[in-house]
Amino acid sequence: MSFPILSTMILLPVVAAFLTIFLSANAARWAALGTTLALFVLGIVLWQAYDIGGPQWQFVEQAPIFGQRFSWALGIDGIALMLIVLSVFLMPICILASWESIQKRVPEYMAAFLMMEAFMIGVFAAQDMFLFYIFFEAGLIPMYLIIGIWGGADRIKASYKFFLYTLIGSLVMLVAMLWMAREAGTSDIPTLLQYNFPVEAQTWLWFAFFASFAVKMPMWPVHTWLPDAHVQAPTAGSVILAGVLLKMGGYGFIRFSLPMFPEASAALVWVVFGMSMVAVVYTSLVALVQSDMKKLIAYSSVAHMAFVTIGLFAFNRQGIEGALIVMLAHGLVSGALFLCVGVIYDRLHTREIARYGGLANNMPYYALFFLFFTMASVGLPGLANFVGEFLALVGAYEANSWVAAVATLGIILGAAYMLWLYRRVAFGTAAGEDTASMKDITAREWLTLAPIAAATLWMGVYPESFMAPMRNDVTAILARIEPVAPHGDAKLKMGDPKKLAKAHEAAHGEAH
Amino acid sequence: METIKLIVFLPLLAALVAGLGNRMIGNVAAKAVTTAALFISCALSWPIFLSFLGGHAEAQVVPVLDFIRSGDLNVQWSLRVDTLTAVMLVVVTSVSSLVHLYSWGYMSEDPSQPRFFAYLSLFTFAMLMLVTADSLVQMFFGWEGVGLASYLLIGFWYHKPSANAAAIKAFVVNRVGDFGFSLGIFGVFLVFGTVSIPEILEAAPGYAGSTIGFLGYRIDTITLLCILLFIGAMGKSAQLGLHTWLPDAMEGPTPVSALIHAATMVTAGVFMVCRLSPLFELSDVATNLVTYVGAATALFAATVGTTQTDIKRVIAYSTCSQLGYMFFAAGTGAYGAAMFHLFTHAFFKALLFLGAGSVIHAMHHEQDMRYYGGLRKHIPFTFWAMMAGTLAITGVGVIGVFGFAGFYSKDAIIEAAFASGTEAGGVAFAVAVFAALLTSFYSWRLIFLTFYGKPRWSQSEHIQHAAHDAHGHDDHAHGHDDHHAHAQDDDGTLGYHPHESPLPMLVPLAVLTIGAIFAGYGFHHAFIGAEEGAAFWQGSLAFDAHLMHAMHEVPLLVKLSATIVMILGLAIAWLAYIKDTTIPARFTATFPAVYQFLLNKWYWDELYNILFVKPSLWLGCILWKKGDEGTIDRFGPHGAAEVVLQGSRLAVRFQSGYLYSYAFVMLLGLVGFATWAMTR
Repeated sequence: MSFPILSTMILLPVVAAFLTIFLSANAARWAALGTTLALFVLGIVLWQAYDIGGPQWQFVEQAPIFGQRFSWALGIDGIALMLIVLSVFLMPICILASWESIQKRVPEYMAAFLMMEAFMIGVFAAQDMFLFYIFFEAGLIPMYLIIGIWGGADRIKASYKFFLYTLIGSLVMLVAMLWMAREAGTSDIPTLLQYNFPVEAQTWLWFAFFASFAVKMPMWPVHTWLPDAHVQAPTAGSVILAGVLLKMGGYGFIRFSLPMFPEASAALVWVVFGMSMVAVVYTSLVALVQSDMKKLIAYSSVAHMAFVTIGLFAFNRQGIEGALIVMLAHGLVSGALFLCVGVIYDRLHTREIARYGGLANNMPYYALFFLFFTMASVGLPGLANFVGEFLALVGAYEANSWVAAVATLGIILGAAYMLWLYRRVAFGTAAGEDTASMKDITAREWLTLAPIAAATLWMGVYPESFMAPMRNDVTAILARIEPVAPHGDAKLKMGDPKKLAKAHEAAHGEAH
Repeated sequence: METIKLIVFLPLLAALVAGLGNRMIGNVAAKAVTTAALFISCALSWPIFLSFLGGHAEAQVVPVLDFIRSGDLNVQWSLRVDTLTAVMLVVVTSVSSLVHLYSWGYMSEDPSQPRFFAYLSLFTFAMLMLVTADSLVQMFFGWEGVGLASYLLIGFWYHKPSANAAAIKAFVVNRVGDFGFSLGIFGVFLVFGTVSIPEILEAAPGYAGSTIGFLGYRIDTITLLCILLFIGAMGKSAQLGLHTWLPDAMEGPTPVSALIHAATMVTAGVFMVCRLSPLFELSDVATNLVTYVGAATALFAATVGTTQTDIKRVIAYSTCSQLGYMFFAAGTGAYGAAMFHLFTHAFFKALLFLGAGSVIHAMHHEQDMRYYGGLRKHIPFTFWAMMAGTLAITGVGVIGVFGFAGFYSKDAIIEAAFASGTEAGGVAFAVAVFAALLTSFYSWRLIFLTFYGKPRWSQSEHIQHAAHDAHGHDDHAHGHDDHHAHAQDDDGTLGYHPHESPLPMLVPLAVLTIGAIFAGYGFHHAFIGAEEGAAFWQGSLAFDAHLMHAMHEVPLLVKLSATIVMILGLAIAWLAYIKDTTIPARFTATFPAVYQFLLNKWYWDELYNILFVKPSLWLGCILWKKGDEGTIDRFGPHGAAEVVLQGSRLAVRFQSGYLYSYAFVMLLGLVGFATWAMTR
């Protein structure tokens, strides 16, 4: 057996987290940065070593804990690979973003982030359903702590809401998992992926998983925890929340709901489409009237994540690949937008949009970065989000023109609320002396924003780098779901060629 | 053909250097880099165009990079060069390079010149990507790229609230068009399984007569696709309904108006319809729609143009109206004529805008024509340039001898509409002739108000400021000089002396003047000649040689109609603004409703405000306060919290902040439960 790189990537941050607690504030910062950078390097190694077109599951590790029922089974496909790369890419940036803004209980904070990283990698690498569940749930704990201890004034209420929503969803999922393990006799995910659950049972299983993943996405109407959580979380917490935690919902859909319950997914497409269509319009309109920057971006996240669910349940390649790219792109771009908010929050200590203005004057490079990510967020072609949203909508149109039309409305509203935000922050005149005297971004802030900008551009111009590893996995999923795919509403009907020729002749005759 | 890569990517490179270098490399370097890049692009573009003109060039596609690959969807970054592209290349690079040069003078006192030049070059790059697109997706990339540049340049003076509002409006209204364009692309892929333009056009005839389901309706496939795509064109080219952003876009600096909002970007919609003309030709419904929308826009904008007082707004409505001409030309099947008008219009409209910029420059940023007058003698060079532009747009010329640029292209459109023989063509013809009358009227009105009559400068705040500053100077220098100043007040000048613009501004005017005079005469055979046209276009658009023949053989009265109404419009303008200047006031007093209706631009903005903007904000508030907080939270987490709070001490402990311990207990419980469940 080769070097257990995935176990290393999970255990390294755990060990580092325990050690970090005993360090001084400054040492803890450096230790966390060093660890996350090491993990980033490992992530790149993983990406390089991943064999595109090779076996579906690579870097497989297996160590039985309770026989068939539960084992330390790790392994990744291309989809998990890209999400792991996203996670380890964002982590060092989060540590850097917290460098100065976190002054209270720094070692514990850094430890929480390292634990978080371990759990995130664990979620995407787990090949055992219960291992997945444990990582999936455990990831919430450091997030509670990050919001509850280092958050804003209303942090208790926000973390409570976060907890209540996610816990209730997850408990139902756990029950479903127990039933599945009983029925299939294994908790091994690759085996379950090929197992045909009875169609009658699929519906309730589907809903059980849906309860958890819909909250995580989050989908309307179980999204209300997200704005509060974002508003109260410290900047880096928001980045990880938007960048990676929200992706767990989409990952869950693609790993469990679609391939394990294809018949139920096909039958219940309307639930997903309905909720997603409402989400796009509803949350975009709500975002339009926000006066709190973080809340605005949080609502925009809900709208963006609706593209993911629409794409996934389009039941075709463009839809699913688009949804995956939206997940990655949104991870980068909304993470970066929260960083942008953090930059000016650190200076003025308010999220009130009205307190800013005219930042293009005194912070030109900041204004440039913010503009870049604003444009990425509204889906400017050439930047990451466009590729994903475009493909997801192409897929959606094939599935249902109503869904595509309503979701496409989101691009109008998205432009309106993001540009309106940008105008109030960067253009116009400063709201006060303190705003006008804010300094442009520091070298440390450059280091947080520039890499994300580069990645966003890369993904927007040459998405093939990111799509190639996932292609075969999408094929595998399509093999499971395509046989039951619902019919689209286009129903192209060809014209009668003979009649056409006649009509054409007649028209020509008249013209002469 | 590697030159096309240079043509397209040099402006991008220059934009990056100027934009990211910004304050580090300084004004002159930023300006020099961008301007040089554009002149090189321009110098490389003309030979390509001339080789197509000479008939010894063939269409080709230069691949650059893979873009999106997803199953059957295969999009490449590539640069297509054919006749249609070649025409756009020279239009874009010529006007852009001249505008870059012009901006050396016009923007010389602006504190953020590198940013301005970077945006201009970025725009040019995006526009070139648009016109060289071989797939609808790359076209959409350019489409959005020019939209971004337009947004940035309209809002260039970002301290002005009106400029910011106009910038957002331009972007969002264009997004409404993009809504249609996007759905069109999705539909195209669904039907044809490709987004490559040549493949679509090749496969399209096979789908004639087929039907498709869309939002619960069954529609003719080609008609649906064309209409969706055309909505995108309407947005970008400011056609009636989606035109509201264009007049407001005049908040941007004048060189921007000339480049983006007259010569290039706004014509992208016309270009798109021409590029896809074989597709549009398959659907009578779609071509009729294009014709009617174009005709309606031509009429609407011309009527509004007659009442505006801001010099740039008059030209903006004129642009809107001329775009309408191009569209109904396309709708009646005269794609060659549409492209020809696009070509000539680029020169004379850029000239008019840059001329207006020169006037504004001379008049100390005053843009209201009511405060102009008598400028002919003060800025003669600008006057003659504007005159050439006006002769071109109003279509002055003598059949068979010589005419200014618009004489060939506009008349061709009017004649083609008549010759098409369709009902829509007939309507378009009637509208076009009437709109030509209005065009002549408002164009001459602009000239007369600006350059003729007595100076009316003294009412202008801008001039008052300028004069005041100058007087302040005088006071210090010569002591009491009040008497002298008052004496000058009587002639309406306040003692202000307009100066002709510096050389960097005059050279582009001179070059464009040549274009406005000769662009029609020089190229009309190639663009719209029945035989030469087919050879020139090489199938890059649906060239209808029959229609071009018919167009040349319309009755003499039809041929003369444009000239007749041109003279009529000139006469009315002369009567009202030279002979008896009380006529306009008396007219507005007699028909106040008509005047208000036109002055307020048919109340489109007010209508949209009531229909879309206010309801959206209202709905947003309702959904947030009543939906999220009032319903979901109340019956969801908050309701649960109430129950828990009353029933359990644990929750009280939790609420008081023992989050740490709670979370730890939860983890233990979870692990314990899972263990129990699996091992039992």
